Amino acid sequence: MNHLFQYTIRLADNASILGHRLGELCGHGPILEQDIAMTNVALDLVGQARSFYQYAAEVEGANHTEDDLAYLRDNQDFRNLLLLEQPNGHFGDTIARQFLYDAYSFAFYQGLRKSKDATLAAIAEKAIKEVTYHLRWSSEWVVRLGDGTAESHAKIQAGLNSLWRYTGEMFEMDETDNQMLAQGIGVDLVLVKTAWLAKVNEVFAEATLTLPSDKTWMQKGSKKGIHTEHLGYILAEMQHLQRTYPGCEW
Amino acid sequence: MNNWPLWEIFIRSRQGLDHKHVGSLHAADAQMAIENARDVYTRRMEGVSIWAVESTNIHASNPDEADSLYEPSNDKPYRHPTFYDIPKEIGHM
Repeated sequence: MNHLFQYTIRLADNASILGHRLGELCGHGPILEQDIAMTNVALDLVGQARSFYQYAAEVEGANHTEDDLAYLRDNQDFRNLLLLEQPNGHFGDTIARQFLYDAYSFAFYQGLRKSKDATLAAIAEKAIKEVTYHLRWSSEWVVRLGDGTAESHAKIQAGLNSLWRYTGEMFEMDETDNQMLAQGIGVDLVLVKTAWLAKVNEVFAEATLTLPSDKTWMQKGSKKGIHTEHLGYILAEMQHLQRTYPGCEW
Repeated sequence: MNNWPLWEIFIRSRQGLDHKHVGSLHAADAQMAIENARDVYTRRMEGVSIWAVESTNIHASNPDEADSLYEPSNDKPYRHPTFYDIPKEIGHM
C-alpha cells in the first residue's frame, strides 16, 4: 500500500467533504454576515483540498488529476472523518461540528508543518493561518451559543453530545499513521488529542457546556472507507455533473 | 438575530492610508462586528485594519442645511492656499 498516498488523500477528503457541507449553506445562513463567514471557511477548505488532491495525484503516479480524485472515486474510496459528513442540522449543529474539527485540524497542522515531507509541510503552513481564524470563529460561536439563552445552550449541548461519538476515530493510529509517523512525515495523534482536548475543555468551560461522557460509544471506520449513510448523498450531489458529463469544463 | 444593531465599518487598505467607510453590517457586539467585517469586507485583501462604530453613535449633518453650512465658503477663494508659490523642494503638499 502507498502510505503517503493514503495519508494525503485522507487530508484531501477531510477538507473537501467539510468544504462541500459548508458550501451547502451558501444562501441559507442564519444571517447575511454568517452566511458569508461560512462560505469563506468553505472556500478555504476547498483550497486546502485542491492542494492535497494535487499532491495525492502526484504521489499516486497513476495519471489521475485532482478532479479525478475528487469527482470520480466512490463512497468506499473516500477517507474523510465521519464527523465531517454529518448533516448541517441547525446552526448549533453546524457550529458544533466545525468547532470539533477546527480544534483538531489546528493541532494536526501544527504537527504537519514540521513534516519531513516538504509539500505536506508547505500545505500545512499555509492552512494553519486559515484554520487559526476558523477556530477563532467557531470557538466564539460555541461560547455565544453555550453561554447564551437557555434554548441556545440546550441546542449546542445536544449537537455536541450527538457528534461526540465521531471524535474517537480522529485520534486512532492505523498502520498508515504509524508508518508516516515513523518516517517523520506524519503527525502523532496522541499529541494532537492532548492539544485538542485542552482546547475543547477551555472553550466548553467558557461556554458553560458539559463535556460528553468518556464512556460514549465511538463510531469508526472512515480510515477503511466505511462511512455513515450521509456520505453517499454528498457524493451524489458533488459528483453528479462530472459523472453525467465526463470531462465537462466551464 | 433580527434585532442586532447596525455597525458602520471603516477599513484601512494599506499602511499609511486613512480608514475609509466601506459599508455597514449587523452584529451583536463590537467583537462580532470586527469579525463580520473581516468576512464581509476583507475577502479580496482590501484591508490591514478594521474599525467598527455602532451606527447610532454617528451623528450626521442635515442635508437640508447644506446651503447655510457650505454655501458661504464658495466665494472665499482666499481661504485656499492657491496664491502662494510653493518652492520645488517641498514637492507635493
